Amino acid sequence: MSEQQQQAKHQERTAEVEIAVSKMLRIGIVLAGLVIVVGLILFLVTGDSGYPEDTFPTSLPDIFQGVLQLKSVAIIEVGLILLILTPVFRVFVSMLAFIHEKDYRFVVISIFVLIILAISFVLGKVGT
Amino acid sequence: MTAIVIEIFLIAILAGIVGSILGLGGGIVVTPALTLLFGVDINHAIGASLISVIATSSGSAVAYIRDRITNVRVGMFLEIATTVGAITGAFLAALIAPNFLYFIFALLLLYSAYAMVKKGKEEIPVNVPQHPVAEKLGLGGEYYDKALGRKITYNVDRVYEGFGVMYGAGVVSGLLGIGSGSFKVMAMDVFMKMPLKVSTATSNFMMGVTAAASAGIYFLRGDIIPVISAPVALGVLVGATIGARIMQRLKSKTIRKLFIPIMIYIAFQMIYQGWRG
Repeated sequence: MSEQQQQAKHQERTAEVEIAVSKMLRIGIVLAGLVIVVGLILFLVTGDSGYPEDTFPTSLPDIFQGVLQLKSVAIIEVGLILLILTPVFRVFVSMLAFIHEKDYRFVVISIFVLIILAISFVLGKVGT
Repeated sequence: MTAIVIEIFLIAILAGIVGSILGLGGGIVVTPALTLLFGVDINHAIGASLISVIATSSGSAVAYIRDRITNVRVGMFLEIATTVGAITGAFLAALIAPNFLYFIFALLLLYSAYAMVKKGKEEIPVNVPQHPVAEKLGLGGEYYDKALGRKITYNVDRVYEGFGVMYGAGVVSGLLGIGSGSFKVMAMDVFMKMPLKVSTATSNFMMGVTAAASAGIYFLRGDIIPVISAPVALGVLVGATIGARIMQRLKSKTIRKLFIPIMIYIAFQMIYQGWRG
């Protein structure tokens, strides 16, 4: 394969990965944004966070409980969690896209980044 | 309460615009605004700032990737360096006082401000060789520059140096809990000789990943206050969408003019921090 052909093939594969990543990001931010808006409006209209002053849940089960009781702050937190997870999912989706494009160098790179992210998250948890 | 929420929302729009144009993620506006104007304490301000970095990153990337400004392959490749750097930084923070590092990073920033001033007149990098590693990984790219009205094809040079600076950027974010976009832009613009617009867009794209790891930790600690972070997130998402449109129509020279003083400001802030200990 000539160098030019190789370059063209790279460009084409890159475009497909880009479409997948961009779609993923759009879904992530629209979803997170909507959930945050709903929670924030509920909070401002009712003036009630659902929790004692200046407190809010920080564990997933407590937040889930709060959402079931339609507590405004818990709903906001779900939106924030979705927002935080979006870039991590973005790496995951690129990995899938690179697998699909058989671009194995970049599959390895994506997996490596995901592992490092997981490690840093666990380390951070230990440190607190 | 409603008034404060709206005020934070409006400031966050500005943060999103600035962050997406310069590739700095918006924390540079959000942290001082929250601490100085609203009296939010620093840990909670950093928590909200991490949210703003993630929102700028994902919000602007939608447009930048669609318009092919972001170099996704370069971003993914350099994320190895930033994520490993972030872990190193977290370890260093527990082991040593960061004073000395502040000075080194400040000098690095000042050097790169100088390098940027030197190429102030250059709109697009010319005569850049394709580094062998860049060749192998297919890192070079092309995009349509809306300000110049033509397609720009570019090569990527000095991959090792860029990778090293990116590692430093990761260390900084691990140490200080910030996105360190200025280092990311510097690595791509000054060292790897990529076009400035591609550098800021790709920096933004990358920042979300490292910020997400720290944000998870801040969230569990209770440092991400929902009522403050919600208007920050929403405002920044709106601002980043607007900023991504504005940036494409700006000349690189103009973006550089905005970027250089901010870099010098961050450098002096770091020297001050290091001095004070």
